[in-house]
Amino acid sequence: MSHPSASGEAAHGDGAMHEHHGSLRGYLTGFMLAAILTIIPFWLVMGHVIADTWLTIFIVLVLAVVQIFVHIRYFLHLDARSEGGWNLMALIFTAVLVIIVLGASIWVMYNENANMMPMSPQYRHHVQGK
Amino acid sequence: MLEALPHRAAIWNFLFGRLTLDSMPFLKPDLEGRIVLVTFIIVAIGGLAILGAITKARKWGYLWKEWFTSVDHKKLGIMYMILATVMLLRGFADAVMMRSQQAVAFGPHMGYLPPEHYDQIFSAHGAIMIFFVAMTYIVGIMNYVMPLQIGSRDVAFPFLNNLSFWFTFWGAMLFMLSLFLGDFSMAGWLGYPPVSELQQGSGVDYYIWGLQLSGLGTLLTGINFAVTILKLRAPGMTLMKMPVFSWTTLCTSGLIIATFPVLTATLFMLALDRYVGTHFFTTGGGGNVMMYINLIWIWGHPEVYILILPLFGVFSEIVPTFSGKPLFGYSSMVYATVAIMILSYLVWLHHFFTMGSGADVNSFFSLTTMMISIPTGVKIFNWLFTMYRGRIRFTVPMLWTLGFLFTFTIGGMTGVMLSVAPADFLLHNSLFLVAHFHNVIIGGVVFGSFAAVNYWFPKAFGFKLDEFWGKASFWFWQIGFWVAFGPLYILGLMGVTRRLSHFEDPSLQIWFIIAAFGAFLIALGILSFLIQIYVSIVRRKAYAVGHDPWDGRTLEWSTSSPPPDYNFAFIPLVRERDAWTDMKAHGFRRPLDGFNPIHMPKNTATGVVIGVLAFACCFGLIWYIWWLAAASLAGVIAVAIAHTFNYHHDHHIPADEVREFEHAGNWQPETRGVNA
Amino acid sequence: MNTTAIDSAASVPPEFLCREEAPPRNGTLLGFWIYLMSDCFIFASLFACNAVLGSNYAGGPTAAEVFDLPGLALNTALLLVSSVTFGFAMLEMARQNKRAMLGWLAVAGLLAAAFVGLEIHEFLGMIAEGAGPGRSAFLSSFFTLVATHGLHVTLGILWLIVLMVQTTKFGLNEANVRRLQCLSMFWHFLDLVWVGVFSYVYLIGVLR
Repeated sequence: MSHPSASGEAAHGDGAMHEHHGSLRGYLTGFMLAAILTIIPFWLVMGHVIADTWLTIFIVLVLAVVQIFVHIRYFLHLDARSEGGWNLMALIFTAVLVIIVLGASIWVMYNENANMMPMSPQYRHHVQGK
Repeated sequence: MLEALPHRAAIWNFLFGRLTLDSMPFLKPDLEGRIVLVTFIIVAIGGLAILGAITKARKWGYLWKEWFTSVDHKKLGIMYMILATVMLLRGFADAVMMRSQQAVAFGPHMGYLPPEHYDQIFSAHGAIMIFFVAMTYIVGIMNYVMPLQIGSRDVAFPFLNNLSFWFTFWGAMLFMLSLFLGDFSMAGWLGYPPVSELQQGSGVDYYIWGLQLSGLGTLLTGINFAVTILKLRAPGMTLMKMPVFSWTTLCTSGLIIATFPVLTATLFMLALDRYVGTHFFTTGGGGNVMMYINLIWIWGHPEVYILILPLFGVFSEIVPTFSGKPLFGYSSMVYATVAIMILSYLVWLHHFFTMGSGADVNSFFSLTTMMISIPTGVKIFNWLFTMYRGRIRFTVPMLWTLGFLFTFTIGGMTGVMLSVAPADFLLHNSLFLVAHFHNVIIGGVVFGSFAAVNYWFPKAFGFKLDEFWGKASFWFWQIGFWVAFGPLYILGLMGVTRRLSHFEDPSLQIWFIIAAFGAFLIALGILSFLIQIYVSIVRRKAYAVGHDPWDGRTLEWSTSSPPPDYNFAFIPLVRERDAWTDMKAHGFRRPLDGFNPIHMPKNTATGVVIGVLAFACCFGLIWYIWWLAAASLAGVIAVAIAHTFNYHHDHHIPADEVREFEHAGNWQPETRGVNA
Repeated sequence: MNTTAIDSAASVPPEFLCREEAPPRNGTLLGFWIYLMSDCFIFASLFACNAVLGSNYAGGPTAAEVFDLPGLALNTALLLVSSVTFGFAMLEMARQNKRAMLGWLAVAGLLAAAFVGLEIHEFLGMIAEGAGPGRSAFLSSFFTLVATHGLHVTLGILWLIVLMVQTTKFGLNEANVRRLQCLSMFWHFLDLVWVGVFSYVYLIGVLR
């Protein structure tokens, strides 16, 4: 249906997403995984299971990232072939830049608080070295 | 009677929010009021004259049908260019006021602009020049050229393209309205808090909503162009056979998609602080002013690459054409563009080295800033090597290109100086910085836009622009630039800071007088440009050219000048990088029959209507006229939903009509093919 | 290149044009995906603000004091089930089963509406306790981020209603199928953002 294109990605044409409605099995698998990955962090936080706060934060973050991958795989049906790979490419581009925005903002603002705001909690944290 | 008064005030308040007769500065009896009054009278008379002329010539129907409701990327491109040129005049008027104020305001002389007016002028100048001149020029150029270059009939979402234009247009109109109704932001072109949070009245709100509206338009444009390039390239045109201008359009679109939402979110939070009393960027309540500056530069630094990348593309088209050679180092040009796109997201902190991030953070961003000059240098060498041993034709576009190479390279060098964090501690917020970014923006974006206008004008209108006035414009700009900004470099090194409306030290005055003279030369450059357009229109018969006046290399030169609505009667099959050069080298003959009906989008008024409603909504928000804001927002949603109920926004151009144009269009005679 | 050019020009000139009109290509799905990617940056900015300002309580209530975790668990479950039921609707759409599709869409929409309702209830409760968005930077960033997500969900519900009317009226034509696919992406995307919201803003907010 598309141009008789040599430009590679057109081979799938517009129908690229049409074939990826997923399956009942896929949705149920995704649902189960997402549910488990949601219940664990709630349990960890509400039940105060781990004494070390930072370890809990780390686990919650890791589980969130895993769950995001589950959603992308089972609900958004993203794979390397949809739209000739441009969907995945756009996602990777976005992910890299979002990580830069979040990571560098936190890094920069932490340093500015530490250097410029003597009363800030971060500063006290810095000085007491706890 | 006495009881009725508060009641009337409440009704007035409900109907007009905080809009009162006091909000009209031209009613004030002071000097500022008189300046605004005179401007208002001139604008009103000029505006009425234009409206009257259109009415008298009975052109409203034509404008509505052929332009305002058009979804044709070529017409939208031209409308963007006109808007940008008008806004250039406005932004330049601000520049002239600043330069003349600074040239006279020494010692006991306070000049003619009080500080609160001066602050509005530099804020408006910066914001207008970036958003409504530079952005609007590049969007116009990309709109016109990119679909033609990739052999497409239009962009991927023609209706959205029209909508984007109207968002940009009404955003610009909000800025213009602030001249006569209320005031404008005094917080600089980026609206830094706390000034932008503390300034009472409508000024900052004009700034916020004008940018939100045009920013939304830009974001939609970015998505539109990215999809157009990814989906609608002519068969055979792989990414590595795509013209460099289209490559830079793709990278710029990628950056727009990744940064304009950050601007939207940041301005939204600023608006919340102003409207509902949240504490994002306040000094109290746990807010953090620095977070605004961090976020706005996450948008702001990629933004300057959004501006310059398409112009790099323009030069990459002009240099090979007028050197008669393929571009030197095509692949390195593409990789350099992509490298700039990624790296531009890693340098924003160099705008606030002095705000206390500490040595490790500053070193990191200092290094990335120096690194980004490497791919830029690669490009400069590519252009030089393309010219090397070429048969260069010194046409007006080529002159602008050479002026760019000279001016932009020096601007880039001063940028590398500023990227050294310890040096930046001395130069930050000085006139050296002002000179630097004008050096790259005028030397890069403005020169590039004029190069592009001179280069593609014959494609858009079928006649060339006048050479003499083009050269006059170039030389006035080129010399005027250095006379205007050379002194600012010197003053900056002496430690003079930016945004001052008055100076004490009389020894500085001579430099400001020289700079003012430079601004006068630039004014002559702009005037020459307007004369160039006028003279060329008058002599359009004598300047008429065919479809390929420059011996071009890319597909836009293979169709008629101006191109038909459908761009190409047959979609090209691309085999080589410079597709049109390839076609000419192989004895391509234009077919004169065998045409098919062509599927095209229909014009629609939805974009115009949504644009007006969005403008009304923003106006309501600026003046606290809540009923207007709510009603027009509901209107926007209703019109958008109604639009989706229309499933038939396409039509077919019959084969006969195509045939008629292909026989009658504006072509050079030698490519005329034979029947069958 | 030049010699080959002359050679082939002397013989049969190669074909430079597509003589047949190809059907128009539609970029809506890719374009919508790219729009979602750009939306990620709106959320990224709001998340960054929450990360930087989230513990600036300014003497006001802390996250641990104002957040209702059982309510949050219910909300999260609602949105997750809504996401899955939307998936079921898309399966029915692929089978051209319009009635079943509309049924599942209605379920997904109602669940999302319940989510928005609970969220508004939570907000009103917090404001009544004096923990409104103007109390501290922490609450400003919390309300803005969560409300921006909620606003997206609300617009999604509005869009869902419009599409249900349109499919009922005009059937599962090509345009409607495409629009449903876009809405499906939007729906799942909002669930994905919610994973970040409940994990980072609520759960980690309570801990820090």
